[in-house]
Parts: sequence; C-alpha cells; structure tokens
Amino acid sequence: MSTTQTKPQKNSFLAGTANYVDERVGASGILKEFGRKIFPDHWSFMLGEVAMYSFFVLLLSGTFLTFFFDPSMTMVKYDGVYAPLKEAIMSKAYDSSLYITFEVRGGLLMRQVHHWSALLFVAAAGLHMLRVFFTGAFRKPRELNWVVGFVLFVLAMAGGFTGYSLPDDLLSGNGLRIIDGMIKGVPFIGTGISSLLFGGEFPGHVVIGRLYSLHIMLIPALILVFLALHLFMLIIHKHTHFSGPGRKDTNIVGYPLMPVYVAKAGGFFFIVFGVIMVISTFFTINPIWNYGGYDPSPVSAGTQPDWYIGWLDGALRLAPTGMEFMIGEYTVSMNILLPLTISLLFLALVAIYPFIENWVTGDKREHHMLDRPRNAPTRTAIGAAGVMFYAVLWAGASTDLIATHFKMNLNQVLVTMQISLLVLPVVAFIVTKRICLALQRKDKEVAIHGRESGRIVRLPHGEYIEVHEPLDEYELYKLVDFKDYQPTLARPNAEGKITVGARVRSSLSRFYFQDRITPATKTEIEQARHHAHELEAQVQKAIESDK
Amino acid sequence: MKQLRRKINGLRRSPKALGIVMFAGLLVVGTGYSTVSAAVSPNREVVRTQEQIDLGKKIFLANCASCHGKNAEGTVNGPNLIGVGEASVDFQVSTGRMPGAASGPQLEVKPVQFTEEDIAAMAAFIGSLGDGPSIPDAAYLQANGDASAGGELFRINCAMCHNAAGAGGALTQGKYAPGLMNSSAKTIYEAMVTGPQNMPVFNDANITPEQKNDIITYLTYVQNNDSVGGEELGSLGPVSEGLIAWFGLLGLLIIIAVWLAAKSN
Repeated sequence: MSTTQTKPQKNSFLAGTANYVDERVGASGILKEFGRKIFPDHWSFMLGEVAMYSFFVLLLSGTFLTFFFDPSMTMVKYDGVYAPLKEAIMSKAYDSSLYITFEVRGGLLMRQVHHWSALLFVAAAGLHMLRVFFTGAFRKPRELNWVVGFVLFVLAMAGGFTGYSLPDDLLSGNGLRIIDGMIKGVPFIGTGISSLLFGGEFPGHVVIGRLYSLHIMLIPALILVFLALHLFMLIIHKHTHFSGPGRKDTNIVGYPLMPVYVAKAGGFFFIVFGVIMVISTFFTINPIWNYGGYDPSPVSAGTQPDWYIGWLDGALRLAPTGMEFMIGEYTVSMNILLPLTISLLFLALVAIYPFIENWVTGDKREHHMLDRPRNAPTRTAIGAAGVMFYAVLWAGASTDLIATHFKMNLNQVLVTMQISLLVLPVVAFIVTKRICLALQRKDKEVAIHGRESGRIVRLPHGEYIEVHEPLDEYELYKLVDFKDYQPTLARPNAEGKITVGARVRSSLSRFYFQDRITPATKTEIEQARHHAHELEAQVQKAIESDK
Repeated sequence: MKQLRRKINGLRRSPKALGIVMFAGLLVVGTGYSTVSAAVSPNREVVRTQEQIDLGKKIFLANCASCHGKNAEGTVNGPNLIGVGEASVDFQVSTGRMPGAASGPQLEVKPVQFTEEDIAAMAAFIGSLGDGPSIPDAAYLQANGDASAGGELFRINCAMCHNAAGAGGALTQGKYAPGLMNSSAKTIYEAMVTGPQNMPVFNDANITPEQKNDIITYLTYVQNNDSVGGEELGSLGPVSEGLIAWFGLLGLLIIIAVWLAAKSN
C-alpha cells in the first residue's frame, strides 16, 4: 500500500472510497501499523476476547432495555398482563421491568440476553485473568496491564451488581438489604454512608435511580476507558506466546491482524453473540415475576446474588457468629467486618501479585514468552491456593442448596466449609506444587532420554532394555525452553548491613525456588543421545547376529 | 351510694377478693376463647361411621401403634395423636410420609402405602379420639381465588422457607421445607392447618380459609404455567444460573475457541 496519491481505477467504487479516506485521514498508515500486528494462536488467548464481545452484547442489549425501563420508585398499581400480580402495589421500576418482560416485543429475550451476557462477561474475564496468572503473562512489561485488567474485573462486578438491583423485585431488594447491612457494619461512618446512599432509611425512594445512573453511565464509561487502555497496552507490548522453535522473548510468532485475525475475531464475535442468543432463548434467567415487587418484610429462601458476588455472600455466611463487641455506645460487628476485611485483602493481593513476584525474583528482564504452569511450581501452587480459597467462599453462598440437594445437614455443611476455607488452600498449595515438580521431572526425563516406545529388546548378554525414541525439535522446545531461578541470599547493603527487607526477600526467594527442577541442558541431551545411539547399534548388532 | 362504695371497698380488702377476681377473669377469658375458637374452626359436619372407625383402628394397630402407642397416646418414638385431627392423618399418609421409613430430621415423601378408603378409615379413627382440624371443605380447594393476593400472602408467610417460586429450601440440622410444585390443593391446605413436622400452624384466625384459597390459587397458577423465559433451572435462582453461565455458555465457547485455534495449525 502506498500513501502517495494514485489515480483510482475507473469504475472501482471501493478503490475510490479507500483513496478518498486515505488522502484525508491517512488510513493506510494506520492500517499498515495495525494490520501487521502479529497475534499468536492458542485457544486460551481467546478468553479475553469472549469477555470483550460479551461486553459489546451487554452494550447493545442494555441500550434496548433503557428505552423501556423507568428507574422510579414511585408506587403504582400493576395493570399489566401477568395475572398473579394484578392490582399489586409495586414500584415503577418493577412495573416497567414486568412491562419489558411481558409486553414489549422481544423484551424478555433482550432482558435474558443482557443478564446471560453479564454472567458470561465476568466469567470470561475471570478465566482470562487466571490464564494470565498461571502462564506468567503479568511479568514485566505487563504488570500495569494486569492492574488495568484487575480494575476491569472489579468494574464488571460493580456493573453486574448495580444491574441486578434495578428491577426492584424481592430478590434484588434482599441483595440490596445485605449491602445496606454491610455498609452499616462499618464502624462510625457506616450509618452515615448508608443514609447518604439510600437517601434516608433503607429502602427509601431514591436508590434505584442512583444505581441506574451508575449502571448505565459511570460504570460502562469507566469499563470502556479501561478496556481501551487494556487494548492499547496490548498493542504496545505485543502479545505473549508459548515456547517453540524460533520463538523468543525478542520476537512474536503468529498471524497478522489483517486479514487473518480481523476475519477470525469478527467471526468469533458473532459466534459469542450467537451462543448467548441460543442460551437466552432456551433458559430462563432471573424470573422477576416469581419474586414480586420489593417489600422489606418478606425474605425468600434460596436468595443468592449472581455468581460473581457469590464469594462475598459466602464470606458473610461462613463468618463465625458471636464476635460483636461494644466500644462505648458503638457496636462493632466483627461478623461483618471480618469477612469484609478478608475479601478486600484478597482482592488487594490479587492486584499487587505481579509486583510481589517481581520483587522476589529481582528479575528486570522483559518476558514475552509464557510459562507453562508446571515450570513455575510455586506461583502455580499459590494460584491454586487462591482459586481454592475463592471456590470455598463461592460454594459458601449456596450452603442451603447444597444441603437440600445432597440431603445433608445445613449446619454441618456450614462447619465443613468453615474448616475447608482454612485447610483446603494449604492442601491445594502442597498438592499442586508436588504435581508441578513431578511433571517437570517427567519432562526432563523425556527430554533427555526420549519417549518410551514400548519396544523391549534383549541384548546378547541377557539384559532387557526398552528402546526410547528421541523427541523432535518442536516437542523438545516445549520441554526445555523455560527460565530457571535460584534462591537468592540476603546480601549486605552499601553500609554493610543486612536489612530486614533483604532478609524477607531472601526467605521468600527460598520459599519460591528452593524446590526446583532445572531444565535439561544441551550437554545432557547430547550425552543421552550419544548413549542411545550406542545402544541402538548394540541392538542392531544383536538382531543381525540372530539372523 | 356511699354505702355501696363502702361495701365495694370492704369487699376489695376482704380475703375473698382475690378468688372473685380470678374467677371473673377466667370466666371472661374462657368464654371469649371458646367463642373465638368456635369461630376459628367452623364445626363442619363430619361423617364418620362406626365401621370406618373400627377398620381405622385395625389398620392403626397393625401399622402405627408401634411408635404412636396402642391408644395413639404416643411413645418416645412417636407423638401423641389424640386431637391432631383428620387433616393431619390425611396429609401425612396420603403423601406417603407416614408410615415413616426411619426416624430422622424429617420424614420424606415416598410412595403412598394405603388405599384412599384405608386412609379415610385411619383419619376417622384418629378423628374419633379427639377434635382437631378436619379434612378441608372442597369449596376452598377450587383454586378460584385471587392469585395476586395469594402471591403476596405466600411471599410474606411461606417464601422464607419454601422459596418465592415454591422450589423449597433448607432448614437447620438437616430439616427442609419441601418444594410445592407437585403438591395438591388439598395437601397445601392441610399443611397450613395442621403444621406438619417443622412447619408452623397457620390457623383460620391467622390466614382465613378464603386467604388459604388465594394461596392455593397462586400456587396452582405457578404449577400450571411454565416459565415464559424457557427452561426454569429448578427455579433456584442465581446458583443454577451461574452453573449454566460457566459450564453451558463459557464451556461451549471454550470448546469453540479450542476448535478455532486448532483449525489454523
């Protein structure tokens, strides 16, 4: 493509238009820059795409819903078509949600599309985060992009929760009541913040309108800004790739954006949209008509938040009771404060993890090659412990359903979960680390000695051996191309003192890298191959002499 | 006048005063209660033949007496049944909960063990031992009340255990509120008046028979009308939705992503 003016071909509308645009905004330069961006291929690199596409579906379906939704909390008498709520007194918000559901053409489908894609958005983003974590894609230079991604994840949860509350039905009202309780549980300022948010005592007359403003303006705008930042950094850093022949920290192997990835990604958007539409057509989500309008007196059994808030609900449920105490005339509700603090600490740890690992390794190099999870055993084990901790809290939100559906005692389920929350992450850490080390050992053995062929040969002097086949280059790269760290010692600084920081760092370094398997070296592999050749010669000789 | 007042004053200080006041109090409370309870449980004509009672007693002795005692007076293994009423027997036996298979936190629904005549006979026998809630009048089981009012009553009184959509829910120590999607109008009514197992009694002063009919109307509507949005996922709300989101939606998309990435190589 050239940026100099060329005469468009006669009768070619496309070429004419392209030239027109190019002469005015320099589109070819942009295309040249972006079109040659290389993206490697791996299914796990598409999880972030799924999240982004479901966000686009959210924007589209959400816009449709705003045409009909009325966030007012004014009470009206229901006059719609749904018989079991006839004449019921309800807020305008719930009334208009029912109107969308039962009377707007395609309204229920759009509501379901919006809700399902919200669940998918957060799920895909969460899985994408786990992929980035377990492959070490957050290392330099991508630490800041990890933080941006983390902010996106928190914004996604916030967007989800504010949306969940809008229909003003019994379920969402119960959810808001829990949030109100959590806010009020914060000492000294809680009550004030609650009455600021709800415009007086819960539920008040303003909260739905306020949440609506946040849900359709502030939060999506912030998500768009951070999404742009996320993608911008992706372009600047280039994508990461897994090891293979010719793949290095200094290059990137894959296909160009234009035309391969544009076609592929465009197609994938429609696949995501299509799958969401299919699920929304056949599966009910949030049947608000079952719950009735919000009224602070009833609470339904089986009241749960959407999955992404579940871990916070679980934290509340698993908190031991009887921890409240008084300071003067203030009640300090530790059964709310403890889960709140632990959840926030957990989130903070997730946000700053790249900086912790970077400090421990002291590695200032850029990393564009991904780790196989087994090749960073301690990180993978920490990740597994974190996933386990989250999973127990998450399961904690459905203790009641676990009890009824598996015919167990609710109280015992709860106690089991409380114990699991403390024990299982440790178990997950140890087991994962051992599995990683074992896999690494196996990899090393396969890299050096080759794959077991299953062919057993008896040598003339009576020894039985199994013949191993050497690996080809592609497989070998996967097994030997990874970085190996060694635990560092605490060294004295310029003044000759070993600081506390240095000690902590060296003990963390020991924690990370004490148990480690070094990758098979070139010499080891060559020696083993040489040995294998000798064996093979012996085997051939034995076969010859048999004839 | 003055004399009368003095007389009353005198009476007030006399030792008899306490007795008189207590008697008067009991009289008022007692008559009041009997009037109210008569109003609460209308004395319906109960048709109960001696033959039925005899048959019922026979079945009772063979199947129930080991836990409830030969005279239904109760043992350590089973409660006293005198005065529990026909409705109670009908509910427990016609849903298969009784005779119980094993003692536990709660008796489960299982295949019904007796014919309708046998159940009616047992109900007649227990009814003959003492007054209690009788089998509900068919007039309140027509599901022809106000579904909207019934829905509101249901959410306020029942949903905290049975779930807003009647899907059931967990109680403490292995007990649970069963799902109501397969319950007949009669069992719903009987459950309200008798308060079986862990359920509280909703008597006619608490929820009138008409209101009970409203609740039945609402539940019948929910039973007969599937969700307009598609598969209901057990009406369990966000937990089953989350499962579908992860394993249905995201799972399917991951399979597609694996396929797409494999295609190019």
